[in-house]
Amino acid sequence: MSQDAILEARNVVKRFGKPANFMRASSLVHAVSNVSLSVRRGETLAIVGESGCGKSTLGRVLLRLLEPTSGQVFYEGTEITALGQREMRRLRRELQIIFQDPFASLNPRMSVRQILAEPIRLHRVATGRAVDERVDDLMRTVGLRSDWADRYAHEFSGGQRQRIGIARALAGGPKLIVGDEPVSALDVSIQAQVVNLLGELKQDFGLTLLIVAHDLAVIRHMSDRVAVMYLGEVVELASADNVYEAPLHPYTAALLQAIPVSNPSARGQRQLLQGDVPSPTAPPSGCRFHTRCPHARPRCTEDHPQLETAGDGRQVACHFWREIQSAGVSVPARGEQRGALDKRLALYRARQAQRLETGI
Amino acid sequence: MTLAAQAETVAPRRRFRGLSRLVRNRGALVGVVVVLFFVVLAVFAPWLATHDPFASSFTSVRKPPSAEYLLGTDEIGRDIYSRLLYGARASLMAGVVSVAIALAIGVPLGLIAGYFGGLVDGAVSRVIEALLAIPSLILAIALAATLGPSLMNAMLAIGIAATPIFVRLTRGQVLAVKTEDYVEGARAIGLPHILIIVRYILPNVLSPIVVQATITIATAIIAEASLSFLGLGQQPPNPSWGSMLNTAKNYMTQAPWMSIFPGGAIFLVVLGFNMLGDGLRDALDPRNN
Repeated sequence: MSQDAILEARNVVKRFGKPANFMRASSLVHAVSNVSLSVRRGETLAIVGESGCGKSTLGRVLLRLLEPTSGQVFYEGTEITALGQREMRRLRRELQIIFQDPFASLNPRMSVRQILAEPIRLHRVATGRAVDERVDDLMRTVGLRSDWADRYAHEFSGGQRQRIGIARALAGGPKLIVGDEPVSALDVSIQAQVVNLLGELKQDFGLTLLIVAHDLAVIRHMSDRVAVMYLGEVVELASADNVYEAPLHPYTAALLQAIPVSNPSARGQRQLLQGDVPSPTAPPSGCRFHTRCPHARPRCTEDHPQLETAGDGRQVACHFWREIQSAGVSVPARGEQRGALDKRLALYRARQAQRLETGI
Repeated sequence: MTLAAQAETVAPRRRFRGLSRLVRNRGALVGVVVVLFFVVLAVFAPWLATHDPFASSFTSVRKPPSAEYLLGTDEIGRDIYSRLLYGARASLMAGVVSVAIALAIGVPLGLIAGYFGGLVDGAVSRVIEALLAIPSLILAIALAATLGPSLMNAMLAIGIAATPIFVRLTRGQVLAVKTEDYVEGARAIGLPHILIIVRYILPNVLSPIVVQATITIATAIIAEASLSFLGLGQQPPNPSWGSMLNTAKNYMTQAPWMSIFPGGAIFLVVLGFNMLGDGLRDALDPRNN
């Protein structure tokens, strides 16, 4: 285990469903297959991939909200997958989650004050009168008026609810927060606010963030490192800059190609992936990406590539990444093609600048 | 703090507690009034009654309503008005107590089965399915016959017979609610299961249970009538609306008042409980301001 790792997964496997027996075919879904990765203290690690690639499942297994089928998860050197219920509950104060859907993540029968006071009382962060003060503090921290705390969740907008969700995650004083698509249910201008809020909170409270997302613009703006997942496996892990500028794995390259193009005349030049993600109940043999990979060769159908180190702290799981890279086919052209992405990034930066000017 | 999102708006602040929401709901208010009316009749029956409810008179058999007998007399000349007042005690008790028994057993079982799933759920569900396979009235008759004839045993039997509905209803609701993000959020902050069930699951599954309970009160009153008819409920000569109705059905054409008044009373009480239940459901939900 590397020294600065706050959270580490070792050979984590998560399968859903039941194996085949004489009565029925297998309904096993291989959501996460043998994933090992470590999250460094203080960084923002993004997990990206298409829907159904197991990224949310991985996020929940890392917090032990789901039990892994096999493998271990370590937090601060402790194997949390081996902890008893009582110890695990105590530790939950430090490991928090922000959900995707702000309309489903808050109990409709509780006022915001009750929602936020729950973790505070439970972990004895504060008692008696101090609970209310802490709730008011939290409200202000996430940019809401503290006198709104007695309202119910349905009285708030999506963006405001997501702030409440963030406040709940902060309430116990966490060290690591998993954001499960924390902004994908919000509209773009609200996204920018919430993304920047997360960035600030990370600074202020010394948090480590693990962001599960499919939106490449959000990730580029937020993350230090990016793990790309395909069908339950990590296929590439590298710094955000490296991933965006020089992807090694053909799947990463294809993901970047899929960023919408705002210029219609540039659309024809892109090589988009064909077909759908294969069913995770029966993942392809060999390299799981070979059915859709433009560079697939016979070896890919038989030999399963391991995650190998590619210098610069990068990791990639592809037999032929050197050849593909030297051929230069995987690097997306800059400029026109990145129009939409750049626009979104510009919007985020503008918001940030605007706030810095007005002063916090 | 400038982070406060200026563009986002919130409806003007309104805070109403459950009780005031209940009172503001006109239907619920009518329900409350009707139920209270019958409760008052039952409680003050000795003062409100004009005759001894047990005294028969062979000179005034099956008399239609008159100044002497407000709602007429029955087949052995007892005053229907007075019997109705005393019968309200048995019938209201039968309705409320048996449903309370069914709720007390059914809801916790449904919560546990739905929340924990697996073996617990399997065991509870199989037993409940076995109970559901027997028509509930037959089950109540069998239970009441085993326990011995008395009003209390009849209520117990009706309560147990009504339990499976509540287990099934609660379990189904729990299955839907427990996958909600806010329940996972409660787990993520480290809340123990019992608190998750009580604070996060129960309040969110309560609405249909409340409605079902008010409907079941009606069925329970009728069930008590059937048991009384078989001699397993309220013991004669003590009146209950159900037993009055049962004897009255033999004189439907000769003495319709014998069935109209107890029947009307059951109808009104059931309606009252249903309206109260609907109102309660709305009042319990903070989204209905």
